[in-house]
Amino acid sequence: MNIAIIDYESGNISSVINSFKAVCNNQNIKIRIEVTSDLKIISNSDKIILPGQGSFKNCTESLLKIEGLKDTLNKFAIINKKPLLGICVGMQMFADRGFEEIETKGLGWIPGNVKKIDNKNNQFKLPHIGWNELSFTTESKLFKSIKEKAHVYFVHSYKFIPEDEKFISSRTNYSEEIVASVEKENLFGTQFHPEKSDIVGLKIIENFIKL
Amino acid sequence: MLKHRIIPCLDVKNGRVVKGINFVDLKDVGDPVEQAKIYSKSGADEICFLDITASNENRETIFDVVKRTSENCFVPLTVGGGIKSLEDINKLLISGADKVSINTAAVNNENLIKESSKKFGSQCIVVAIDAKQKNDKWEIFTHGGGTETGIDAVEFAKKMEANGAGELLITSMDRDGTQKGYDIKLISEIEKNVNIPIIASGGVGNLEHLFEGVKYGKASAVLAASIFHYGTHSISEVKQYLDSKGIPVRI
Repeated sequence: MNIAIIDYESGNISSVINSFKAVCNNQNIKIRIEVTSDLKIISNSDKIILPGQGSFKNCTESLLKIEGLKDTLNKFAIINKKPLLGICVGMQMFADRGFEEIETKGLGWIPGNVKKIDNKNNQFKLPHIGWNELSFTTESKLFKSIKEKAHVYFVHSYKFIPEDEKFISSRTNYSEEIVASVEKENLFGTQFHPEKSDIVGLKIIENFIKL
Repeated sequence: MLKHRIIPCLDVKNGRVVKGINFVDLKDVGDPVEQAKIYSKSGADEICFLDITASNENRETIFDVVKRTSENCFVPLTVGGGIKSLEDINKLLISGADKVSINTAAVNNENLIKESSKKFGSQCIVVAIDAKQKNDKWEIFTHGGGTETGIDAVEFAKKMEANGAGELLITSMDRDGTQKGYDIKLISEIEKNVNIPIIASGGVGNLEHLFEGVKYGKASAVLAASIFHYGTHSISEVKQYLDSKGIPVRI
């Protein structure tokens, strides 16, 4: 199997690479993991990881800077329906629109918007940084063997609000209910960072690899 | 519910762990990668390396330490010490750090926090404030506590938030290494004045000090070195204790 981690200068991806390699080593899974922006390699891979750090605007701009990348991802995920995992802003970009800095168009894969977390008049610090609990809303292959209320690591100030709740696979609570993960057929997205979520996170990565 | 983070900090010099008392009198006590692995396994919510003498010495050793740690530990790794430029930040992030903690350069070069938070995202920019009490205020120091600046700590904290810092790591110079507990007044005064998470640091000697940092300092995270480093308490002991006192922690 070939997994492509999309390299589009969207921030630090060392931890994503390390975690996938560690899971493969621990589980003795033979997989080729490539960090790439090469459209051919991306198209030919079996699974894609779409990471993303920083702002929605910067990430979408960086993605669009690589000619043909958006179309290649569209073809991979929407037409060919191969598994794709978006992490943090990588997930937020599934939305139609983001409202960080300025209104920016997303990939439009799951209808909805990305808006700032309501900090209830500064009662809650932003970013939402640290370990918070997952509360599952549907059964998901991504969370196989993960217990209700398992802790994962979050760091973000913006949240994805899908128009249709059926695409939400888990939530967390920080000043309000926040979408922790989304799922639509072959599309998976986590607001939290599985690569930084200790044993729980490594299990989620393993589940994605074994999909 | 968001849990309060327990962060063991390892002071690293030339690729080895040391712990200072009031930033001097260093004792060599081990390999940072092995220590980080132990901490991560025992439930550390985050690991922090401070390359304490980095401003004056060869920094290359820290990249190797960070790289080896990030290949073995899957909790967030924060690295500070001697960071002066976007290039320094970039090198640490590429090596595997998740966040960088910036102290001296945040004071000397205002643009660094603005530019780095824009380029790498606020989530990875921690501003480390070393402060000492002067009358009823606190003044910040740079260069590992060696240089007086005359800058007010609370005002500086507000400015760093405005410049894009994602978190503030507040160390009391008066308490660091003393094991007398955090300077709660300092921590809570800054906490009241900013809307980003605060990490309390400097002075932890027992479990109750960590409780105080969260309860009275209102810190999102508590950092300590010696009590973990010399085996006085394990991370899991800390968590059990805080849990028994009603503080939400990840167990």
